[in-house]
Amino acid sequence: MLIRINPQSPEPLFEQVVFAVKSAVAKGTAVAGEKLPSVRDLARELAINPNTVVRAYEVLERDGVIVRRQGAGCFLSDRGSDLAQSEKKKQLVLLLRHAVTEAFHLGFQPDDVKKALAQCLDELQFDGKRRQS
Amino acid sequence: MSSPVVTFDSVQRWFGNQVVLKGLSFQVMPGQVYALLGRNGAGKTTALRILLGFLAPHVGSVAVLGCDSTALSPQVRGRIGYVGEEHRLYATMTVAGAVAFEAGTRPTFRRAFADQALQRCGLRPSQRIPRLSRGQRATLSLVLAVASNPELLVCDDPALGLDVVMRREFLDALIDLLADTGCTVLFSSHFLTDVERIADRVGILHDGSLLVDATLDDIKRRVLRCVWLPKPGATLPSGPQVLRIGARRGGHELLLLDAQRALLADLAAHGELSPPLAPSLEDLFLDLTGPDRPGMLREGMDELVARPTPVGGQR
Repeated sequence: MLIRINPQSPEPLFEQVVFAVKSAVAKGTAVAGEKLPSVRDLARELAINPNTVVRAYEVLERDGVIVRRQGAGCFLSDRGSDLAQSEKKKQLVLLLRHAVTEAFHLGFQPDDVKKALAQCLDELQFDGKRRQS
Repeated sequence: MSSPVVTFDSVQRWFGNQVVLKGLSFQVMPGQVYALLGRNGAGKTTALRILLGFLAPHVGSVAVLGCDSTALSPQVRGRIGYVGEEHRLYATMTVAGAVAFEAGTRPTFRRAFADQALQRCGLRPSQRIPRLSRGQRATLSLVLAVASNPELLVCDDPALGLDVVMRREFLDALIDLLADTGCTVLFSSHFLTDVERIADRVGILHDGSLLVDATLDDIKRRVLRCVWLPKPGATLPSGPQVLRIGARRGGHELLLLDAQRALLADLAAHGELSPPLAPSLEDLFLDLTGPDRPGMLREGMDELVARPTPVGGQR
Protein backbone atom coordinates (compact mmCIF):
# COMPACT_ATOMS: atom_id res chain seq x y z
CA MET A 1 0.00 0.00 0.00
CA LEU A 2 1.34 3.35 -1.04
CA ILE A 3 0.95 6.10 1.55
CA ARG A 4 2.05 9.57 0.48
CA ILE A 5 1.61 12.92 2.18
CA ASN A 6 2.57 16.54 1.69
CA PRO A 7 3.60 18.27 4.93
CA GLN A 8 3.05 21.72 3.40
CA SER A 9 -0.53 21.02 2.32
CA PRO A 10 -3.32 22.77 4.26
CA GLU A 11 -4.65 19.39 5.48
CA PRO A 12 -3.51 18.25 8.93
CA LEU A 13 -0.93 15.44 8.55
CA PHE A 14 -2.89 12.74 10.39
CA GLU A 15 -5.89 13.39 8.13
CA GLN A 16 -3.67 12.99 5.09
CA VAL A 17 -2.53 9.58 6.37
CA VAL A 18 -6.15 8.56 7.08
CA PHE A 19 -7.17 9.70 3.60
CA ALA A 20 -4.25 7.91 1.92
CA VAL A 21 -5.24 4.58 3.53
CA LYS A 22 -8.95 5.05 2.84
CA SER A 23 -8.37 5.92 -0.79
CA ALA A 24 -6.06 2.92 -1.24
CA VAL A 25 -8.98 0.78 -0.02
CA ALA A 26 -11.47 2.61 -2.23
CA LYS A 27 -9.21 2.26 -5.29
CA GLY A 28 -8.73 -1.42 -4.56
CA THR A 29 -4.93 -1.16 -4.45
CA ALA A 30 -5.08 -2.41 -0.86
CA VAL A 31 -6.94 -5.59 0.04
CA ALA A 32 -8.57 -6.89 3.23
CA GLY A 33 -6.11 -8.49 5.61
CA GLU A 34 -3.15 -6.51 4.29
CA LYS A 35 -0.78 -5.48 7.05
CA LEU A 36 -0.12 -1.79 7.54
CA PRO A 37 3.40 -0.60 8.20
CA SER A 38 4.31 -0.28 11.88
CA VAL A 39 4.00 3.17 13.43
CA ARG A 40 7.76 3.49 13.51
CA ASP A 41 8.29 2.36 9.90
CA LEU A 42 5.63 4.68 8.51
CA ALA A 43 6.83 7.61 10.62
CA ARG A 44 10.35 7.09 9.27
CA GLU A 45 9.18 6.55 5.72
CA LEU A 46 7.17 9.78 5.72
CA ALA A 47 9.60 11.57 8.07
CA ILE A 48 6.82 12.65 10.39
CA ASN A 49 6.12 12.46 14.10
CA PRO A 50 5.14 8.92 15.24
CA ASN A 51 2.37 10.53 17.33
CA THR A 52 0.76 11.62 14.07
CA VAL A 53 0.78 8.05 12.72
CA VAL A 54 -0.65 6.73 16.02
CA ARG A 55 -3.44 9.27 15.78
CA ALA A 56 -4.20 8.38 12.16
CA TYR A 57 -4.32 4.65 13.01
CA GLU A 58 -6.67 5.39 15.92
CA VAL A 59 -9.04 7.22 13.60
CA LEU A 60 -8.84 4.39 11.04
CA GLU A 61 -9.55 1.83 13.74
CA ARG A 62 -12.52 3.85 15.04
CA ASP A 63 -13.87 4.08 11.50
CA GLY A 64 -13.54 0.32 11.12
CA VAL A 65 -11.04 0.51 8.27
CA ILE A 66 -8.31 -1.32 10.16
CA VAL A 67 -8.17 -3.75 13.04
CA ARG A 68 -5.41 -3.89 15.62
CA ARG A 69 -4.17 -7.32 16.63
CA GLN A 70 -2.27 -7.29 19.89
CA GLY A 71 1.44 -7.71 19.21
CA ALA A 72 0.95 -8.35 15.50
CA GLY A 73 0.17 -4.86 14.23
CA CYS A 74 -2.63 -3.26 12.23
CA PHE A 75 -4.45 -4.94 9.36
CA LEU A 76 -7.02 -3.77 6.85
CA SER A 77 -10.40 -4.92 8.07
CA ASP A 78 -12.40 -7.34 5.89
CA ARG A 79 -15.75 -5.96 6.96
CA GLY A 80 -15.28 -2.59 5.33
CA SER A 81 -16.46 0.12 7.61
CA ASP A 82 -17.98 -0.66 11.00
CA LEU A 83 -20.14 2.44 10.85
CA ALA A 84 -23.87 1.85 10.60
CA GLN A 85 -25.32 2.31 7.14
CA SER A 86 -27.30 5.41 8.10
CA GLU A 87 -24.24 6.96 9.73
CA LYS A 88 -22.27 6.29 6.55
CA LYS A 89 -24.94 7.99 4.46
CA LYS A 90 -24.89 11.00 6.75
CA GLN A 91 -21.14 11.25 6.32
CA LEU A 92 -21.45 10.95 2.57
CA VAL A 93 -23.93 13.82 2.43
CA LEU A 94 -21.67 15.94 4.66
CA LEU A 95 -18.65 15.23 2.47
CA LEU A 96 -20.45 16.03 -0.74
CA ARG A 97 -22.08 19.13 0.73
CA HIS A 98 -18.63 20.40 1.60
CA ALA A 99 -17.32 19.75 -1.90
CA VAL A 100 -20.41 21.23 -3.56
CA THR A 101 -20.25 24.38 -1.42
CA GLU A 102 -16.62 24.87 -2.36
CA ALA A 103 -17.47 24.32 -6.02
CA PHE A 104 -20.16 27.01 -5.94
CA HIS A 105 -17.68 29.36 -4.25
CA LEU A 106 -15.40 28.78 -7.21
CA GLY A 107 -18.29 29.78 -9.46
CA PHE A 108 -19.24 26.42 -11.02
CA GLN A 109 -22.71 25.47 -12.24
CA PRO A 110 -24.53 22.27 -11.13
CA ASP A 111 -23.74 20.59 -14.48
CA ASP A 112 -20.01 21.20 -14.03
CA VAL A 113 -20.20 19.66 -10.55
CA LYS A 114 -22.05 16.58 -11.83
CA LYS A 115 -19.49 16.09 -14.60
CA ALA A 116 -16.61 16.42 -12.14
CA LEU A 117 -18.26 13.94 -9.78
CA ALA A 118 -18.74 11.43 -12.59
CA GLN A 119 -15.08 11.83 -13.49
CA CYS A 120 -14.04 11.19 -9.88
CA LEU A 121 -16.21 8.06 -9.72
CA ASP A 122 -14.67 6.87 -12.98
CA GLU A 123 -11.17 7.27 -11.61
CA LEU A 124 -12.01 5.28 -8.50
CA GLN A 125 -13.55 2.23 -10.28
CA PHE A 126 -15.93 1.23 -7.52
CA ASP A 127 -16.07 -2.56 -7.02
CA GLY A 128 -13.71 -3.03 -9.90
CA LYS A 129 -16.47 -2.17 -12.38
CA ARG A 130 -16.00 0.91 -14.51
CA ARG A 131 -18.93 3.21 -14.02
CA GLN A 132 -20.69 4.29 -17.24
CA SER A 133 -20.92 8.04 -17.53
CA MET B 1 -4.86 15.35 31.72
CA SER B 2 -1.38 14.61 32.98
CA SER B 3 0.77 17.43 34.27
CA PRO B 4 3.02 19.37 31.90
CA VAL B 5 6.69 18.46 31.52
CA VAL B 6 7.69 22.08 31.03
CA THR B 7 5.88 25.18 32.32
CA PHE B 8 7.01 28.72 31.60
CA ASP B 9 5.08 31.10 33.85
CA SER B 10 5.33 34.82 32.93
CA VAL B 11 9.10 34.64 32.58
CA GLN B 12 10.98 37.93 32.21
CA ARG B 13 14.70 38.25 31.76
CA TRP B 14 16.90 41.15 30.78
CA PHE B 15 20.58 41.67 30.07
CA GLY B 16 21.81 45.09 31.17
CA ASN B 17 19.06 47.44 30.08
CA GLN B 18 17.98 45.19 27.22
CA VAL B 19 14.80 43.24 27.89
CA VAL B 20 14.91 39.85 26.16
CA LEU B 21 11.87 38.02 27.56
CA LYS B 22 8.81 40.10 28.42
CA GLY B 23 6.52 37.62 30.08
CA LEU B 24 6.90 34.25 28.37
CA SER B 25 4.25 31.66 29.27
CA PHE B 26 3.66 28.27 27.70
CA GLN B 27 3.46 24.58 28.57
CA VAL B 28 4.77 21.40 26.98
CA MET B 29 2.70 18.31 27.73
CA PRO B 30 4.15 14.76 28.03
CA GLY B 31 4.94 13.20 24.66
CA GLN B 32 4.49 16.46 22.85
CA VAL B 33 6.95 17.82 20.33
CA TYR B 34 7.04 21.58 20.80
CA ALA B 35 8.85 23.83 18.34
CA LEU B 36 9.91 27.24 19.54
CA LEU B 37 10.24 29.52 16.55
CA GLY B 38 11.37 33.10 16.26
CA ARG B 39 13.76 35.38 14.46
CA ASN B 40 17.37 35.68 15.52
CA GLY B 41 17.48 37.52 18.82
CA ALA B 42 13.83 36.81 19.64
CA GLY B 43 14.89 35.14 22.90
CA LYS B 44 14.74 31.42 22.02
CA THR B 45 18.18 30.58 23.35
CA THR B 46 17.61 32.65 26.51
CA ALA B 47 14.35 30.79 27.14
CA LEU B 48 16.01 27.39 26.72
CA ARG B 49 18.97 28.38 28.91
CA ILE B 50 16.56 29.44 31.66
CA LEU B 51 14.74 26.13 31.29
CA LEU B 52 17.98 24.20 31.81
CA GLY B 53 18.93 26.28 34.83
CA PHE B 54 21.91 28.00 33.16
CA LEU B 55 20.20 31.35 33.72
CA ALA B 56 17.71 32.46 36.35
CA PRO B 57 14.55 34.34 35.37
CA HIS B 58 14.27 37.85 36.82
CA VAL B 59 10.50 37.59 37.10
CA GLY B 60 8.32 34.49 36.85
CA SER B 61 9.33 30.84 37.04
CA VAL B 62 10.00 27.75 34.97
CA ALA B 63 9.14 24.22 36.10
CA VAL B 64 10.82 21.20 34.46
CA LEU B 65 9.67 17.65 35.23
CA GLY B 66 7.99 19.07 38.34
CA CYS B 67 11.07 20.92 39.67
CA ASP B 68 11.95 24.59 39.65
CA SER B 69 14.55 25.32 36.97
CA THR B 70 16.75 27.28 39.40
CA ALA B 71 17.11 24.25 41.70
CA LEU B 72 17.47 21.21 39.44
CA SER B 73 18.96 18.20 41.20
CA PRO B 74 21.47 16.00 39.35
CA GLN B 75 18.79 13.27 39.25
CA VAL B 76 16.41 15.54 37.36
CA ARG B 77 19.19 16.84 35.10
CA GLY B 78 19.97 13.22 34.24
CA ARG B 79 16.46 12.87 32.80
CA ILE B 80 16.99 15.80 30.43
CA GLY B 81 18.92 15.54 27.18
CA TYR B 82 20.36 18.70 25.71
CA VAL B 83 21.76 19.53 22.30
CA GLY B 84 23.15 23.04 22.39
CA GLU B 85 23.78 25.51 19.63
CA GLU B 86 27.56 25.28 19.94
CA HIS B 87 27.72 21.47 20.27
CA ARG B 88 30.24 21.66 23.10
CA LEU B 89 32.34 18.53 23.26
CA TYR B 90 35.70 17.88 24.91
CA ALA B 91 38.37 18.78 22.40
CA THR B 92 40.85 16.18 23.68
CA MET B 93 38.53 13.24 23.02
CA THR B 94 37.84 10.99 20.10
CA VAL B 95 34.31 10.00 19.08
CA ALA B 96 34.70 6.72 20.97
CA GLY B 97 35.96 8.66 23.99
CA ALA B 98 32.95 10.95 23.98
CA VAL B 99 30.63 7.93 23.80
CA ALA B 100 32.46 6.20 26.66
CA PHE B 101 32.38 9.40 28.73
CA GLU B 102 28.64 9.88 28.20
CA ALA B 103 27.97 6.19 28.90
CA GLY B 104 29.85 6.52 32.17
CA THR B 105 27.92 9.55 33.36
CA ARG B 106 24.41 8.48 32.43
CA PRO B 107 23.00 5.21 33.77
CA THR B 108 20.34 4.96 31.02
CA PHE B 109 22.85 5.27 28.15
CA ARG B 110 22.22 2.79 25.31
CA ARG B 111 25.66 1.90 24.03
CA ALA B 112 24.47 -0.28 21.15
CA PHE B 113 22.09 2.41 19.90
CA ALA B 114 24.85 5.03 19.97
CA ASP B 115 27.35 2.84 18.08
CA GLN B 116 24.77 1.94 15.46
CA ALA B 117 23.58 5.53 15.02
CA LEU B 118 27.12 6.86 14.66
CA GLN B 119 27.96 4.21 12.11
CA ARG B 120 24.87 5.10 10.10
CA CYS B 121 25.89 8.76 10.16
CA GLY B 122 29.38 7.91 8.95
CA LEU B 123 31.26 8.78 12.14
CA ARG B 124 34.25 6.56 12.95
CA PRO B 125 35.09 5.91 16.62
CA SER B 126 38.71 6.91 16.07
CA GLN B 127 37.91 10.38 14.70
CA ARG B 128 39.16 13.21 16.88
CA ILE B 129 36.61 15.80 18.05
CA PRO B 130 38.53 18.90 16.89
CA ARG B 131 38.74 17.43 13.38
CA LEU B 132 34.98 16.96 13.06
CA SER B 133 32.96 19.26 10.82
CA ARG B 134 30.15 21.31 12.31
CA GLY B 135 27.58 18.87 11.00
CA GLN B 136 29.44 15.89 12.43
CA ARG B 137 29.67 17.60 15.82
CA ALA B 138 25.93 18.30 15.72
CA THR B 139 25.21 14.67 14.88
CA LEU B 140 27.48 13.42 17.64
CA SER B 141 25.82 15.73 20.19
CA LEU B 142 22.40 14.55 19.16
CA VAL B 143 23.30 10.87 19.21
CA LEU B 144 24.82 11.27 22.67
CA ALA B 145 21.74 13.12 23.97
CA VAL B 146 19.26 10.71 22.42
CA ALA B 147 21.16 7.56 23.40
CA SER B 148 20.58 8.13 27.11
CA ASN B 149 16.80 7.85 26.67
CA PRO B 150 15.92 11.27 28.07
CA GLU B 151 12.39 12.01 29.28
CA LEU B 152 12.78 15.52 27.96
CA LEU B 153 14.98 16.42 25.02
CA VAL B 154 15.87 20.08 24.63
CA CYS B 155 17.52 21.15 21.39
CA ASP B 156 18.64 24.66 20.61
CA ASP B 157 18.58 25.00 16.84
CA PRO B 158 20.01 21.49 16.36
CA ALA B 159 19.84 21.64 12.57
CA LEU B 160 21.84 24.85 12.25
CA GLY B 161 24.74 24.29 9.90
CA LEU B 162 23.63 20.79 8.87
CA ASP B 163 23.28 19.89 5.22
CA VAL B 164 20.03 18.46 3.88
CA VAL B 165 21.11 14.84 4.29
CA MET B 166 22.37 15.43 7.84
CA ARG B 167 19.13 17.21 8.71
CA ARG B 168 17.14 14.20 7.54
CA GLU B 169 19.44 11.94 9.57
CA PHE B 170 18.73 14.14 12.56
CA LEU B 171 14.99 13.90 11.91
CA ASP B 172 15.28 10.10 11.62
CA ALA B 173 17.12 9.90 14.94
CA LEU B 174 14.42 12.02 16.54
CA ILE B 175 11.62 9.90 15.05
CA ASP B 176 13.31 6.75 16.36
CA LEU B 177 13.54 8.30 19.80
CA LEU B 178 9.89 9.32 19.75
CA ALA B 179 8.75 5.91 18.52
CA ASP B 180 10.84 4.10 21.13
CA THR B 181 10.20 6.20 24.20
CA GLY B 182 7.43 8.73 23.68
CA CYS B 183 9.90 11.31 24.92
CA THR B 184 8.90 14.97 25.20
CA VAL B 185 10.81 17.32 22.93
CA LEU B 186 11.27 21.08 23.06
CA PHE B 187 13.36 22.49 20.26
CA SER B 188 14.02 25.73 18.50
CA SER B 189 14.55 25.82 14.78
CA HIS B 190 14.62 27.92 11.65
CA PHE B 191 13.82 25.00 9.35
CA LEU B 192 10.08 25.38 9.11
CA THR B 193 9.60 22.47 6.69
CA ASP B 194 11.16 20.13 9.26
CA VAL B 195 9.00 21.70 11.98
CA GLU B 196 5.88 21.02 9.89
CA ARG B 197 6.81 17.34 9.74
CA ILE B 198 7.70 16.71 13.32
CA ALA B 199 6.10 19.25 15.65
CA ASP B 200 2.75 18.81 17.40
CA ARG B 201 2.69 22.36 18.63
CA VAL B 202 4.51 25.55 17.76
CA GLY B 203 5.22 28.73 19.64
CA ILE B 204 6.25 31.80 17.68
CA LEU B 205 8.40 33.99 19.90
CA HIS B 206 8.61 37.62 18.89
CA ASP B 207 9.88 40.57 20.82
CA GLY B 208 10.06 38.64 24.11
CA SER B 209 6.68 36.93 24.21
CA LEU B 210 4.68 34.37 22.25
CA LEU B 211 2.59 35.59 19.33
CA VAL B 212 1.31 32.10 18.59
CA ASP B 213 1.00 29.07 20.84
CA ALA B 214 -1.05 26.48 19.01
CA THR B 215 -1.05 22.98 17.55
CA LEU B 216 -0.13 22.76 13.87
CA ASP B 217 -3.46 21.05 13.19
CA ASP B 218 -5.29 23.98 14.77
CA ILE B 219 -3.37 26.44 12.64
CA LYS B 220 -4.15 24.46 9.49
CA ARG B 221 -7.81 24.08 10.37
CA ARG B 222 -8.63 27.48 11.81
CA VAL B 223 -6.40 30.04 10.13
CA LEU B 224 -7.05 31.19 6.59
CA ARG B 225 -4.96 33.50 4.50
CA CYS B 226 -6.20 35.41 1.48
CA VAL B 227 -5.59 38.49 -0.60
CA TRP B 228 -8.40 41.01 -0.88
CA LEU B 229 -8.57 43.85 -3.39
CA PRO B 230 -11.45 46.00 -2.13
CA LYS B 231 -13.74 48.05 -4.34
CA PRO B 232 -13.52 51.80 -3.71
CA GLY B 233 -15.32 52.75 -0.53
CA ALA B 234 -15.31 49.23 0.98
CA THR B 235 -14.56 49.16 4.71
CA LEU B 236 -11.85 46.99 6.20
CA PRO B 237 -13.13 43.92 8.02
CA SER B 238 -12.65 43.86 11.77
CA GLY B 239 -13.61 41.78 14.78
CA PRO B 240 -12.39 38.53 16.32
CA GLN B 241 -12.21 36.75 12.96
CA VAL B 242 -9.51 39.08 11.67
CA LEU B 243 -6.04 38.30 12.98
CA ARG B 244 -4.06 40.63 10.84
CA ILE B 245 -4.41 42.96 7.91
CA GLY B 246 -1.25 43.58 5.94
CA ALA B 247 -0.73 46.02 3.13
CA ARG B 248 -0.34 44.65 -0.38
CA ARG B 249 -0.15 46.22 -3.78
CA GLY B 250 -3.64 47.57 -4.46
CA GLY B 251 -5.20 45.78 -1.51
CA HIS B 252 -4.70 43.79 1.66
CA GLU B 253 -3.36 40.48 2.87
CA LEU B 254 -5.80 39.07 5.39
CA LEU B 255 -5.12 36.52 8.08
CA LEU B 256 -8.42 35.17 9.39
CA LEU B 257 -9.25 32.95 12.36
CA ASP B 258 -12.32 30.67 12.26
CA ALA B 259 -13.64 32.70 9.35
CA GLN B 260 -17.41 32.32 8.89
CA ARG B 261 -18.90 31.98 5.44
CA ALA B 262 -20.76 35.29 5.95
CA LEU B 263 -17.49 37.17 6.33
CA LEU B 264 -15.97 35.57 3.23
CA ALA B 265 -19.13 36.25 1.22
CA ASP B 266 -19.11 39.85 2.41
CA LEU B 267 -15.46 40.27 1.40
CA ALA B 268 -16.12 38.69 -2.00
CA ALA B 269 -19.09 41.03 -2.51
CA HIS B 270 -17.06 44.14 -1.76
CA GLY B 271 -13.96 43.36 -3.74
CA GLU B 272 -11.86 40.65 -5.33
CA LEU B 273 -10.96 37.79 -2.98
CA SER B 274 -8.35 35.10 -3.61
CA PRO B 275 -9.38 31.57 -2.54
CA PRO B 276 -8.79 31.47 1.23
CA LEU B 277 -6.22 28.79 2.12
CA ALA B 278 -4.55 27.60 5.27
CA PRO B 279 -1.16 29.33 5.48
CA SER B 280 2.07 27.37 5.44
CA LEU B 281 4.10 27.80 8.60
CA GLU B 282 6.48 29.98 6.62
CA ASP B 283 3.66 32.29 5.46
CA LEU B 284 2.33 32.57 8.99
CA PHE B 285 5.78 33.24 10.39
CA LEU B 286 6.49 35.96 7.84
CA ASP B 287 3.07 37.51 8.31
CA LEU B 288 3.43 37.73 12.06
CA THR B 289 7.09 38.49 12.57
CA GLY B 290 8.06 40.23 9.34
CA PRO B 291 8.62 43.97 9.29
CA ASP B 292 5.52 45.78 10.53
CA ARG B 293 3.39 47.12 7.75
CA PRO B 294 0.71 49.79 8.03
CA GLY B 295 -2.72 48.65 9.08
CA MET B 296 -1.48 45.79 11.23
CA LEU B 297 -4.03 44.64 13.75
CA ARG B 298 -3.31 42.51 16.77
CA GLU B 299 -6.39 43.19 18.88
CA GLY B 300 -8.48 40.43 17.37
CA MET B 301 -6.22 37.59 18.46
CA ASP B 302 -7.66 35.03 20.83
CA GLU B 303 -6.40 31.82 22.37
CA LEU B 304 -4.73 30.64 19.16
CA VAL B 305 -2.58 33.70 18.87
CA ALA B 306 -1.61 34.73 22.36
CA ARG B 307 -1.76 38.41 23.15
CA PRO B 308 1.59 39.95 23.97
CA THR B 309 1.74 40.56 27.72
CA PRO B 310 2.87 44.05 28.66
CA VAL B 311 6.21 44.41 30.38
CA GLY B 312 5.60 44.58 34.09
CA GLY B 313 9.01 44.33 35.75
CA GLN B 314 11.20 47.40 35.91
CA ARG B 315 14.61 47.46 37.40
